Parts: sequence; C-alpha cells; structure tokens
Amino acid sequence: MEFLFAITIGVMVAAAVYLMLSNHLLRFIFGLVLISNAANLTIFVAGRLTDGAPPLIPEGANAPAIAANALPQALVLTAIVIGFGLFAFAIVLVFRAWTSLNSLTPDEMRLAEPEEAHK
Amino acid sequence: MSWLLALPVVIPFLTAILAFLTRQNHLGRWISVAGSSVLLVASIVLMNTVLREGVIAGQMGNWPAPFGITLVADLLSAVMVLITAIVALAVSIYAIADVDEGMERLGYHALFNMLIAGVVGAFITGDLFNLYVWFEVMLIASFGLLVLGGRPEQIDGGVKYVALNLVSTIMFLTGIGLLYGMTGTLNMADLATAVDGADQRLLTIVAVLFMIAFGVKAAVFPLFFWLPASYHTPAFSVSAVFAGLLTKVGVYALLRMFTLVFDHDTAFTHTILLWVAGFTMVVGVLGAAAQSDMRKILSFHIVSQIGYMILGLALLTPLAIVGAVFYLVHHIVVKANLFLIAGVAQRIAGGTELSRIGGLYKSAPLLAVLFVVPAFSLAGFPPLSGFWAKFLLVKAALDVQGWIIAGIALAVGLLTIYSMTKIWAQAFWEPHPDGIEPKLSSLSSRDRAAMLIPIGGLAVLTVIIGTMPEPFVQFAEASAAQLLDPAAYITAVLGEQP
Repeated sequence: MEFLFAITIGVMVAAAVYLMLSNHLLRFIFGLVLISNAANLTIFVAGRLTDGAPPLIPEGANAPAIAANALPQALVLTAIVIGFGLFAFAIVLVFRAWTSLNSLTPDEMRLAEPEEAHK
Repeated sequence: MSWLLALPVVIPFLTAILAFLTRQNHLGRWISVAGSSVLLVASIVLMNTVLREGVIAGQMGNWPAPFGITLVADLLSAVMVLITAIVALAVSIYAIADVDEGMERLGYHALFNMLIAGVVGAFITGDLFNLYVWFEVMLIASFGLLVLGGRPEQIDGGVKYVALNLVSTIMFLTGIGLLYGMTGTLNMADLATAVDGADQRLLTIVAVLFMIAFGVKAAVFPLFFWLPASYHTPAFSVSAVFAGLLTKVGVYALLRMFTLVFDHDTAFTHTILLWVAGFTMVVGVLGAAAQSDMRKILSFHIVSQIGYMILGLALLTPLAIVGAVFYLVHHIVVKANLFLIAGVAQRIAGGTELSRIGGLYKSAPLLAVLFVVPAFSLAGFPPLSGFWAKFLLVKAALDVQGWIIAGIALAVGLLTIYSMTKIWAQAFWEPHPDGIEPKLSSLSSRDRAAMLIPIGGLAVLTVIIGTMPEPFVQFAEASAAQLLDPAAYITAVLGEQP
C-alpha cells in the first residue's frame, strides 16, 4: 500500500513541477494544487496505512498492534483547510493580474521590475 | 505561566478584530497604536520573566508535552517578540500619516495586526506544526497587505511573492510530514532527542527540505527572487514591517531548527549554509549596486544582510551565534527605519527614484541626520550597532581560519557603503532636478509628528545599541549559550528527563 502511495505521490509531484515550470500562471496554479495535495498525501502516509483497522479504540481496550495514527490525519485536515484559503486568494490574484496587466505570462509581467531602469 | 506566553499572540489578534470592526472610521489607527503599545508592555514583562527565570514553557489547553501545543520562550524568542513589538509600535504610529482612508476601509489595520500575531506566534511556538500554522497566518496577512490598493505594480509583485512563498510552504509541510513519520513527534524539544534514533541519512534529506523552505522565507541565494520583485511596491509602512520582520522569521526558524533538531550532520548541512551565506551576501549587495531606486536598493540589501546572519549560523561556534543573534536584532531596527525614511523622502521630494529627487540635506537636515544613523549602521560604521554585529561575525570567521568568508563579509560591507553613499549623494547632497526644495514643513504637523517620532525612536535605539554594546553582547552571549546547549530548553518543555 505504501509503495502504491509513493508512486502516486511521485507522479503527482512530477506533473506538478512540469505544470509549474510552464510559462503560464493558470498552469502554475494547477501545479500548485497538485503538489499541495501530494504533500498532504505524504503526511497521510507518514501516519501508517492500515486496512480496516480504525484508529478508534473502545474504552478499556488495549491499542491494537497495527492501527493508523490519527494525528497526521488531523494535520492533513488542517493543511487542506489552510490550502483552500490560500488557493482562493491565489486564484483571485491571478484573475486580477489578468484584468489589470492583461497577461498571464510571467515573462511579460515586468511592471514591478522594468527590464531597463529608465533614467 | 501560560497566560504570559499566550498574551503576545492574543493581544494583536484582539486588536485585529477590533480594528476590523472599526475599519469604516478613523478609530482603527488608534486601536492599532494602542494594541501595539499593550503588546510592547506584555513583551517587556515576558522578557523580564525570561531573564529572571530562564526558559519558560506553557502547555496550551493543559495537554502535557509532547502531545499538546507548547509555547516556549527562551532568550532568543523573548528578544524577537520584544523587537517585533517595538517595530509594530513604530510602524503603527507611522501608518497614521502613511496609510490613506481608502486602505483603512479595506482593512489595513486588521491585516497589519494579524501579521504581527503571526510573526509573534512563529517566534514563541515550540511545536513544528503550530509553526506552520503561524507561518500561514503571517503569509495570508502579508498577501493582503502587499496587494492592498491594487495598483498594477502591486499585483505584479504580489503574483511573484505569492507563487514562491506558496512553494516554500508546501516544502515545509512535506518536511513536517516526513519528520513526523520518522520520529512520531512534532514537539521541537522532543524532536531534539527523538531524531537521534532516526535514520541519519534520511534525516539529512529532511533537513535539506527544511533548509529550502525556510531559505525561501529568509530570502537567501538562490531563493530570494520574490523579495526584490515585490518589496518596493506596497505602501511604505507595509514595506517597512515586511523588511524588518518577515525575512527574519525565516532566519529565526533556521536558527532554531538547525541548532536544536538538525545538528547531527553539521559537516554537510552547515557547509551548505556557509556557501549559501557567501553567495547571499555577494549577490544581494551587487544587486543593490545595480539599482537606482531607494526602495529597490534597500530591498536588495535585506538579501545581502541575511547572508551575514546565515554566516553566523553556518559557522556554529559560540561567538558566531552571538554575532548572528546580535545581527538579527540590530538589523530589524535599522532596516525598518530605512524604509520609513524612504517614505518621508517620497512624501516631501516626490519619489524614491534617485535621479528624480535631491536636495534633502540642504532643505531637510533633520531627515538627513536621521538617515545617516541607520544607513551607516547598516554599512557597519563604528560606533553604530552594525559595526559590532559585523565585528563579531568577522572575528568568529577568523577564529576558525575562515579567511575567505571573512574577506567576503568585509568586502560586502564596503560595497554596502557604496550603495548608501549613492543614496546620500543623489537624494540628499545634489540639488533637486526640478529645482524645488523639499521641506519637512510641507507635511501637515500631524503627519510630521507621526512620521518622525518612530524614525527618531528607532534611530535612538540604533545609537544606544552602538554606543553601549556591552549589555546587548552579553545578552546575545547568554542567548547563544541557550541555543548551543538546548538542555534548558528541553527541560523547560518536557520536564526533568530520567
């Protein structure tokens, strides 16, 4: 199971890096969504993957030998919520960039850093 | 003890909420000033307690460490909180003159205080995931402040700032996940001992992930490009608080993690840091030399100065850490002040582009004096604070036979003087190209007071650190001793270990 997850995460990261390196802001955002979900999956895997062993233990019972750690799952939830807020902002920002700079190509966005310092 | 540790975070949060509720009228700016003043008092009390009792820790929600969220204040945390409060107060006073009603209505004061809460939280937390959360609080507030007003340059700079910082955040998150998978804990004090049992090679890989994540935040070579792309675009008070505090949170996180947790393979990690430090210093200062706008020059100098702090961490001798801590504190005061002064220059002389302004020395001598103090402190002129900071670091480098890096540090100091004299010559010495005489009296008396009082206060602080360095160096020594021997830190968080 871990192996499968590792491959999946690897593919996601590779695709994300490819998207983020392309010269287009919208693709960059898509890449960012992908890579952040890859990071979330990494944390998820770090908490051990078990098949059909819930991390809830009845009162008085001992912890089973193999059970998933519930803490990383809680961390992932937090990370997803924070990530959602960040992406909402990033998408609006990119939209504003489109309306006020008329471009989504980072190479053409030189307003803050003009290519030649004009005297 | 917990309330004392929680207060510096709670105060700016409450201030932010109040400021948001009153964003439609002028009350917000006064709430912001009042909130920063209360924060300053709280951080002085915290500092006193830490000086008296050593490292203090508090468990939030009474969950015992290492399970709950721990807040810890050692000397480094306490001084960073204190200096944050000082800068917050200075900038919130300055904002009365600098931030217009439009920005106030959009919630400038709420975002500003939220940013301060994030910065303070990052300095005071003892839990790695909690550190991530504070980074996010800080990041979201800084996004808002950066693009507030929505001029096209701001959007342009904002896109680059947001893009690179989000990538860094994801690196940080991945690092946290892997570290938890390897050790089963996220409490920093617990991690310090738990990493001993982990696979050391894997641990080095994770260390590099953290180095990249914090390196982006700290704006080190080759990860700094977001900084000069964005720092010259927002309002001056926003630039000043960013320049003073944001990158320093990255430096603080590096200092904390690479002395407490990732000190297992210093031959590898700290050698990388040494190279990074050298390149950061040189590239930053050369970038500054090529610029002709006051704020852009100052932005590149942030990068260059970060190199000095990383140098202290990379050498990892007691004296080098003393230098890094001293540098950190001195730099925050000086850098924030220089951006505030650039704001005044813009108001009275009509810009920050050096070729379009001038004559400030003749017609605004007070501003010229106030500029000389931080500018020459930044360059390392005795007897100002920057001299002692650079002296400690160069001495530390020479002590370990680091001739080359010591030479680089000195040469970069010289080039810093070049940039500062460039600003001095063109903005202050030469007459104004349009023949006007920029006078401070062209500001309304309220604006003049609101702008010059914080600048003067920070300049006085720089002079005090410079002329009476003894107590500050002693403090930095005590703080470096705590960083290099984290036993007190670990005991404060986890209790006595068997």
